Amino acid sequence: MQIQQLSVFIENKPGRMAEVTEVLADAQIDIRAISVADTRDFGILRVIVDKPKEAVEALKAHGMTVTLTKVIAVGIDDKPGAFSKAVRLLSNEGFDVEYMYAFISRDKGKAFVIIRVDNGQKAAEALHANGFQILEPETIYAM
Amino acid sequence: MEARFFQKDIETMKRADIEELQLRRLRWMVDYCYNNVPFYHERLGTAGITSGDKIKTLSDIQYIPFTTKDDIRDNYPFGMLAVPMKDIVRIHASSGTTGKPTVGAYTRQDIENWSDFVARIVTASGVTEKDIIQISFGYGLFTGALGLHFGLEKVGATVIPASSGNSEKQLMMMRDFGVTGLVATPSYALYLGELVRESPYPKEAYASLKYGILGSEGCTEEMRLRIEENLGVTVTDNYGMTELTGPGVSGECHLRCGLHFAEDAFLPEIIDQDTLEQKPAGEVGELVVTTLTRLGMPVLRYRTKDITRLNYEPCACGRTHVRMDKVMGRTDDMLIIKGVNVFPSQIESVLVATENVGPHYQLVVRKKNYLDTLEVKVELVDASLLESFGELQALQKNIHDRLKSVLGLETQVTLVSPKSLERFQGKAKRVLDLRNQPQEQ
Repeated sequence: MQIQQLSVFIENKPGRMAEVTEVLADAQIDIRAISVADTRDFGILRVIVDKPKEAVEALKAHGMTVTLTKVIAVGIDDKPGAFSKAVRLLSNEGFDVEYMYAFISRDKGKAFVIIRVDNGQKAAEALHANGFQILEPETIYAM
Repeated sequence: MEARFFQKDIETMKRADIEELQLRRLRWMVDYCYNNVPFYHERLGTAGITSGDKIKTLSDIQYIPFTTKDDIRDNYPFGMLAVPMKDIVRIHASSGTTGKPTVGAYTRQDIENWSDFVARIVTASGVTEKDIIQISFGYGLFTGALGLHFGLEKVGATVIPASSGNSEKQLMMMRDFGVTGLVATPSYALYLGELVRESPYPKEAYASLKYGILGSEGCTEEMRLRIEENLGVTVTDNYGMTELTGPGVSGECHLRCGLHFAEDAFLPEIIDQDTLEQKPAGEVGELVVTTLTRLGMPVLRYRTKDITRLNYEPCACGRTHVRMDKVMGRTDDMLIIKGVNVFPSQIESVLVATENVGPHYQLVVRKKNYLDTLEVKVELVDASLLESFGELQALQKNIHDRLKSVLGLETQVTLVSPKSLERFQGKAKRVLDLRNQPQEQ
């Protein structure tokens, strides 16, 4: 139930972000969602793509530092309060959310949230048991 | 391992006998320099030391003027020679990163003696005629490669003059030739160690390796451990410089508790680098060395700029010659940042002891708004910390805090991608001082 996210180390220098995205473009890799965490000196670029394994190979071949991280993708009704229910549930069940980021789907009325928690598999099951849609890897990659 | 000796009678002389020999040779040396080197004729004459008879005791050496690198440079190339060129059989020169190279000139006897000094230190580290030693120092004007080469041959070891560069081929020779010892700079040994670890060949392919005989630049304890782990060797450090002859001036035995000085040929002192006064045994200061047997280019009281300490206790291995500590730094690569003395080796020891970062680093010193800043760039080992941003931040903070406690100084720690910093095959150049450059925006 978990999907693979690329985590790419980025030195905080001009052009580094462009280099990463260009490598992905040249390898014909489609980006589904993207988020950056950064300090003044370095950042981690988090990317959901259609072909994670190929993306890792392409980035590594260009000398970049990258790893695959397991995250969960939750489908949420695009209306007020829907997201807070999911977050409340994770909190009540004792899951620590490390980070999350969201994107809106082409399907009307749905938003997706990528969540990184300590115990991803269990968190996905808890969300699923409470009626939240958990996206399978194939669904996201083929989106 | 049992202690081995190359010239046991010399290496285990009684202290009183060493001092008697040194005094006799020093007096001879003063005469030799005064009579054969115009530079010393003038210097010694000005100081009133017109003959070796003026030196009554070893402590009278303090009346002899110092020789500096500038003196040697001012007499470039052959002004310091004590013999006609027909008696010189070889010329070496130091890398000369700061101007004209420093020249060393050797008579046939000098080469013989030098080979003995090297033979002593490689024997002390355990090497015998059964060993196969790969010399991965660059061959050429640099004293390291040929110095070790002649000394190892004198011991009877099999020498592979691999020179530096082409690292894959270096590894291939190690595997195929059954190499038992590597001669290299610590930074190159570190690099080869990384390659071995990542090599498609199992570690057993390198199992014949036993000795890492490293020198020509500093090597911290942590760096040594890293090299030993990756290459499966026991590392011994050795010391020397072109101005004095080359490697072999001192070197560690297998017990690795200080570098044994070849005291029959080199008379060491420690001075305070500011007052230029001699310091008592055991105190830290600048190493000053007088050659006692060198014929081609003798030097009196040469200021090495290396900072160390001398220990006159005989070693457990049986050697009685004075031991010097590993060089702690150089008076000229010491950085002064916001008035604080900083040696790159201090930073190196923090980094090498930190998990998840590599041993390669670069120091960038800048001036911002009239204040010095020090940036420490260090490589991540791999992508293993990327799952958690917090861990990366914690790593950065951890390094920063440890540097702060070791240096007493704020630094900016920058994590960079694995293998993105420059690798060095000879002496590493890790400091970039931009303080005299126009300010960056």
